[in-house]
Amino acid sequence: MPLHIQISDLGHIEHVGPTLTKLCNGKQVLGRRFLEVFEVRRPAHIDSFTALRRLENGPIKLLFRDGPSYLMKGLFVQLESEHRILINLSLGVHVVDAVSDYDLRSADFAHSDPTVDMLYLIEAKSVALDESKRLNARLEGAKVLAEEQAYTDMLTGLKNRRASEALLAKLEQSSAVFGLMHLDLDYFKQVNDTFGHAAGDHVLRHVAGALKAATRAGDLIARVGGDEFVLVFCDCVDMVVLDRIARRIIELLEEPILFEGQICRISASIGATLSSFYEHARINTMMNDADQALYISKDRGRARHTFFEPQL
Amino acid sequence: MHGLVNKLVQSFIEDIYNPDMWDAVVRDSKFEFRDFEAMLVYDDDVTDLAIDGAARVLGKSRDMVLEDIGAYLVTHKNMEPVRRLLRFGGHTFEEFLYSLDDLPDRVTLAIPDLEMPTMEIREYTRHNHTLVCTWRKPGFGSVLLGMLRALGDDYGVLLMLEMSRIVDGKFARETIKIELLEIDFSEGREFHLAADGTG
Repeated sequence: MPLHIQISDLGHIEHVGPTLTKLCNGKQVLGRRFLEVFEVRRPAHIDSFTALRRLENGPIKLLFRDGPSYLMKGLFVQLESEHRILINLSLGVHVVDAVSDYDLRSADFAHSDPTVDMLYLIEAKSVALDESKRLNARLEGAKVLAEEQAYTDMLTGLKNRRASEALLAKLEQSSAVFGLMHLDLDYFKQVNDTFGHAAGDHVLRHVAGALKAATRAGDLIARVGGDEFVLVFCDCVDMVVLDRIARRIIELLEEPILFEGQICRISASIGATLSSFYEHARINTMMNDADQALYISKDRGRARHTFFEPQL
Repeated sequence: MHGLVNKLVQSFIEDIYNPDMWDAVVRDSKFEFRDFEAMLVYDDDVTDLAIDGAARVLGKSRDMVLEDIGAYLVTHKNMEPVRRLLRFGGHTFEEFLYSLDDLPDRVTLAIPDLEMPTMEIREYTRHNHTLVCTWRKPGFGSVLLGMLRALGDDYGVLLMLEMSRIVDGKFARETIKIELLEIDFSEGREFHLAADGTG
């Protein structure tokens, strides 16, 4: 038994196991009083040899007074016939530290002791856990990428309808203030008909760039139809600001767009509304109202921006 | 089979040869993905496809590839954790041989989904043992052969190994004769129980 202590009838250490000797830090313990070398933590109040003598066979927890700080647990047995005491110890979870601190080998543990199996298990589980963590990180990365793609309009790189619906649903839940714009391109169909779909695609990509240039980084720009866009402006209550942005967009979009030597001309009709117009902002209502305002812009000659007005 | 086994085949090809060689195996086996995930479980067929693909691409027999994989498990620096776990089994090579009886159980304790063959070590004389490996298909025996040969070097002993095989429809039994010719043949490699990078 590599981790045992044998105590004489007078309380002196008669014998210690070879592994326990290693833990003694080179100090001599044979012949010394047991309670001088070790402190008994459980049971409590074992301050004298007399108290130790009266202890019943059973579990014990002790620690070196001057050595490694491992709380060791074991079995305490009174060898009646010889008036000796035998304590057989285990390092418990501290075995990992002990093996490292004292360079212990498998030969330092009893064959009947599952210590080596435990060390093996700890190491194997740790390798498996590391691999699992790496898998989790890869899956997380793939998930984020997939979500990104689910919210993106492939042609323009703008967000798509799904993304705008998700954001608006969130904004409706919170009491955030925001502005909502519906934008339809004017004369886009003509570009496609006259110059072909490649030109149309080029124009759409150009439009995406213009919309980004006219808005702030935190604003959402979504392509929700062939030539239809939804813009959401977070933290916005200012009609003047929103109007300025709408005008800027139209200005940028009316600049001639060159494609393979041909000049394409478009414009935009815009309808907008603000959550602050409503006592309880409901997305469906706001979308309808923005549409109504958009329709008015078209009706009045296109290439303009109109705010929704409740009395309309 | 557990992803660990498939990942092992992939790592073997990438580490001993190169990543392009693995790409060739993926193409040859017509896998729909490039990388195996160590912590997922795949169909048995996939492992066979990977090994057969590797054999074709490398121009070696299945057995040779499996033996090389066995050696790789013990010798390559990327497989150091595996080598460590094997050496936990015994302070000496003989002790290690006796621990092979427990190896499948220990592995299952660590990774419950990882299926292992049944292994039984029989002693004839102090220096003559046989390891009998039983599984539903042949193959593990070759891996063990490569592993034992490499472990002999690791422990510093001189061995003679010979494998024979019986395949009978539902199961395969592979028997490896292990003769210990010399115990202190060479220095071997150091091993410490503490996993702090020194062994």
